Amino acid sequence: MHLFNFYQELRLFKNFITIFAANFEIGMYLNRFKSLLVVSLSLMAIIFSTAVMANENHATADTNHAASTAATTAPHEAKEEGDFNVTETILEHIKDDHSWHLWGHTSLHLPVILYTSKGLEYFSSEKLVDEHHEPAVYHGNFDYKLVEGKTKIVDANGNVDIAASKQLWDFSITKNVASLFISVIILLVVLLSAANAYKRTGIKSAPKGLQSFMEPIVLFVRDEVAIPNIGAKKYGKYMPFLLTIFFLILTNNFLGLIPFFPGGANVSGNIAFTMTLAVCVFIVVNLNANKSYWEHIFWMPGMHWSMKLFLAPIELIGVFTKPISLMIRLFANITAGHILVLSLICLIFIFKTVFASAIAVPFAVFIGMIELLVAFLQAFIFTMLAAMYIGMATEEHHHESHEGAAHH
Amino acid sequence: MVVGSVAAIGAGLAAIGAGIGIGQIGKGAVEGIARQPEAANEIRSNMIVAAAFVEAVALFAVVVALLGNG
Repeated sequence: MHLFNFYQELRLFKNFITIFAANFEIGMYLNRFKSLLVVSLSLMAIIFSTAVMANENHATADTNHAASTAATTAPHEAKEEGDFNVTETILEHIKDDHSWHLWGHTSLHLPVILYTSKGLEYFSSEKLVDEHHEPAVYHGNFDYKLVEGKTKIVDANGNVDIAASKQLWDFSITKNVASLFISVIILLVVLLSAANAYKRTGIKSAPKGLQSFMEPIVLFVRDEVAIPNIGAKKYGKYMPFLLTIFFLILTNNFLGLIPFFPGGANVSGNIAFTMTLAVCVFIVVNLNANKSYWEHIFWMPGMHWSMKLFLAPIELIGVFTKPISLMIRLFANITAGHILVLSLICLIFIFKTVFASAIAVPFAVFIGMIELLVAFLQAFIFTMLAAMYIGMATEEHHHESHEGAAHH
Repeated sequence: MVVGSVAAIGAGLAAIGAGIGIGQIGKGAVEGIARQPEAANEIRSNMIVAAAFVEAVALFAVVVALLGNG
């Protein structure tokens, strides 16, 4: 059963590569090196399963230190562990945090930056938790305490001061922000080195190194996303925007799949992050929209006037639902993937036996493979839909066709 | 307790819809590839994009179920 699944996953992964490489004729080489591919993917699966094990340790360290020994069958400590709360554990890994788990009991404590009526203030997030990882009060300009993951101002008795907390602006470098910085650094290094290579050798010579890795992806965005949706005449203006969102989402998706330090933050599964991207798409689409786009929204040509009145509010809602669907699609896909992997790993702790990992780990690897596909696919779909919306907003309409359509 | 169960039923119903949808897409793609094997690459990439759209709708429902649960 599992072997079958594994084989399926190999085929899926191969498909993923062939789509990615459809235009570059790698597909035909893939068949030739099938056995090599199987070996390399098996190696990858082994590496992934150790990564999943690391994730398991992570879950253990965060929730209960006794659990790691409980997993290695120590009966009296297993009792000590008590009820294992799956929902809580999963949500803890999904949401943003002030500390970034590295290994074992070591975490990276990220800075907390607060702006209050008494000015700017910064301190380590280590001071917001005590030795049992419970929220503690930090005495700064005000008394700060973490309440449900958010920094609030509390009074002397430890109660939240709602009026004062409203004046609190939290600019902390959280796990997601730090992860975003890492992905920005990766993108700058990779893309700037590729760009410099073009400056040095010109566009006529054959690409080398990183440049030859980036060129097919950039061409893929241009030929598969921008030109078919926006049109060969106008696509150039929007390419920087489309490439930016594509590479940003792709990098963050892939970083989110790494279960240990440089990755592990759920950036593209954060609704604020996807909302920012969607708002950018909304602004670009509506600023570049031409007259005929607005005419099709408020006064649909070729319709009876009563129908026009009826259609205007629907079309107007459509302007807003498009970016909202972009936002939710990316958020839901990435978050659901993370929840799926985490709940499979949690199976080990639900059954309280290490043998559950015989089922949980292969399935987690399988889901991990699908997530690789989804990570690329969601970046592609977000970019493609953004390009499609831009294309719809800048399309030149021929009014003869609408008169033809009106006879229906 | 009841709220949680209703949310689970909602997520299950969404999964049925997505299952039917992805099944239809897979059926269409396999038939297309069988009739025209030379177009396999293009059909396959379109199939996966369409499947992702269908899956996204199911995930919308899961998010709504989770929100309703909380």
